Amino acid sequence: MAKPVDALAVKATVQAKKTRRKFFKNQSQLMWMSLPVLLYVMVFSYYPIWGWTMAFQNYRPAKTFAQQEWVGLKQFKFLFTDDGFLRVLRNTIGMSAINMVLGFVTAIIFAILLNEVKNKLFKRSIQTISYLPHFLSWIIVTGIVASSLSVDGGIVNEVLMKLGIINEPILWLSEPKYFWGIVGASHVWKEVGWNAIIYLAAITSIDPSLYEAAEIDGANRYHKMWYITLPGIKSIVIILLIMNLGWILEAGFEVQYLLGNGVVVDWSETIDIFVLKYGLKQGNYSLATAAGIFKTVVSITLIYAANTIAKRFGEERLI
Amino acid sequence: MRKRTVQMEPVVFGTVNAIIMLLLAVVTLYPFLNTLAVSFNAGLDTIRGGIYVWPRIWTLQNYKAVFITGTVFNAFYISIARTIIATLLSLFLTTMLAYTVSRKEYVFRKPITIIIVMTMYFNAGLIPYYFLIKDLHLLNNFLVYVVPGLISAFNMIVIRTYIGTLSESLIESAKVDGAGDFRIFMQVILPLCQPVLATVALFVAVGQWNSWFDTFLFASSKQELSTLQYELMKLLSSAMNSNSNPALQNGGDPNAAKAMVTPLSIRAAITIVASVPILIVYPFLQKYFVVGMQLGSVKE
Repeated sequence: MAKPVDALAVKATVQAKKTRRKFFKNQSQLMWMSLPVLLYVMVFSYYPIWGWTMAFQNYRPAKTFAQQEWVGLKQFKFLFTDDGFLRVLRNTIGMSAINMVLGFVTAIIFAILLNEVKNKLFKRSIQTISYLPHFLSWIIVTGIVASSLSVDGGIVNEVLMKLGIINEPILWLSEPKYFWGIVGASHVWKEVGWNAIIYLAAITSIDPSLYEAAEIDGANRYHKMWYITLPGIKSIVIILLIMNLGWILEAGFEVQYLLGNGVVVDWSETIDIFVLKYGLKQGNYSLATAAGIFKTVVSITLIYAANTIAKRFGEERLI
Repeated sequence: MRKRTVQMEPVVFGTVNAIIMLLLAVVTLYPFLNTLAVSFNAGLDTIRGGIYVWPRIWTLQNYKAVFITGTVFNAFYISIARTIIATLLSLFLTTMLAYTVSRKEYVFRKPITIIIVMTMYFNAGLIPYYFLIKDLHLLNNFLVYVVPGLISAFNMIVIRTYIGTLSESLIESAKVDGAGDFRIFMQVILPLCQPVLATVALFVAVGQWNSWFDTFLFASSKQELSTLQYELMKLLSSAMNSNSNPALQNGGDPNAAKAMVTPLSIRAAITIVASVPILIVYPFLQKYFVVGMQLGSVKE
């Protein structure tokens, strides 16, 4: 009786070995395939974190790491007492908030209105046109914004004057009070069609029978929009809104850098521009690194919080 | 009376809605059409104003002036080179990684996914990054355009999600036939991923083509490495920051240039050259990138 059992056991171990070998053979190919990108990410995304040590030093490029003077939190203390930094922080949050609110509201309205267009060809044409600015660079977009707002022949001033809203051209880009609005409007112009993609998809996935049932109950178009379409996209709106809160310090750099000028500098500079100016232009690497760390830490904290909140809303799809 | 308003209502709404949509299309298209018109209009004539969407005095002088100067021509070439090389490399590496983390049996699937996705949410900041680029000797090197932007976590997720929708039995049967993972990736996955690869290729290529910040930071002291967007940026900032008309940089034929061409018309011509390649391509990829955006928003 013993023999057949042994034979079976041997057969089983042999098979197990075979499958394990086969398993590792497969796994090794997968490992080799993921290695290049893993190394790449380690070098380009993780290794630079080592550079954060600069924020706790009085970094001088000529010195070696051992020779650097360590100053503790001095750079951070300086940041939070520096009027210049507090100003760019205000600008960053202000412009970010404007971009976010304007971006959400316009994209949702656009998606809902476009969804109401019945003619297929017209709808598709509008949609294609609406994506166009997304594919233009900020260089081109700011160029377009600057020439549209110019005092000699800019279309905005011309139209406003023809409509009798203003009597003489406004120097839009030289007025600090308009700057945040111009940045917000530029973002809307560039991204409204693109941002609407997600909402349009969400709207098309709403069960059509809901609309039919509502129609039988005597609902009109506005009732349907308000009670079916909006609730139908509510969850995606909440997720995106929460996610975007995490990017509150990412007001961007390009628009402000390209549209800003000496007159509006107090209202146009963001943290990124601050880092660029102090770090690469003036060589105060330690201070600029500290500002960068602040930005990253705040972002990660906010995203973590956003993720927790999203989970509480019953949405598991973040991160 | 009441019945009539009920019947009228959809018509009124439809019309108003159509008008709003048309207005939006006009606001979107007008600046672009205006730039196009200016780029084909005689430079000195444009200054008189009144050019809207159609040139008054047709000319190709602006484009000639743009391409006569070797700088723009070279920048055009660099832009194309970086776009093509980086897009191909990025697609290959990103898809290969996406395939590995799409395999459920892969032991490092979870840790690798986390390591990659984390990079979406933090970055070390500009200064440490600048030192990295410097230490790798990428400053003023063509590779600085290609290497640093190769992997995007977002694109990886989009491709991985797409691979997840493919039929598992295809991979299984290839395995039964004795194919290793690399062969399955090359011969089964890559061809099947065409729609999502079209999307990601568009994302990467647009990012590459439109990029100017890397030139500005890492390669601005080497004119041979200047890109089209960077040339445009230089023109734009010189036009915005000073009221004096910047003379055409080493313009080929000074007489022809002086007669017709102005910084404004040159800028318009470069803007068109810098945007038309993408604008020709994107409408054809529309159905792909719409799906791609949805795949990216559904992360797990």
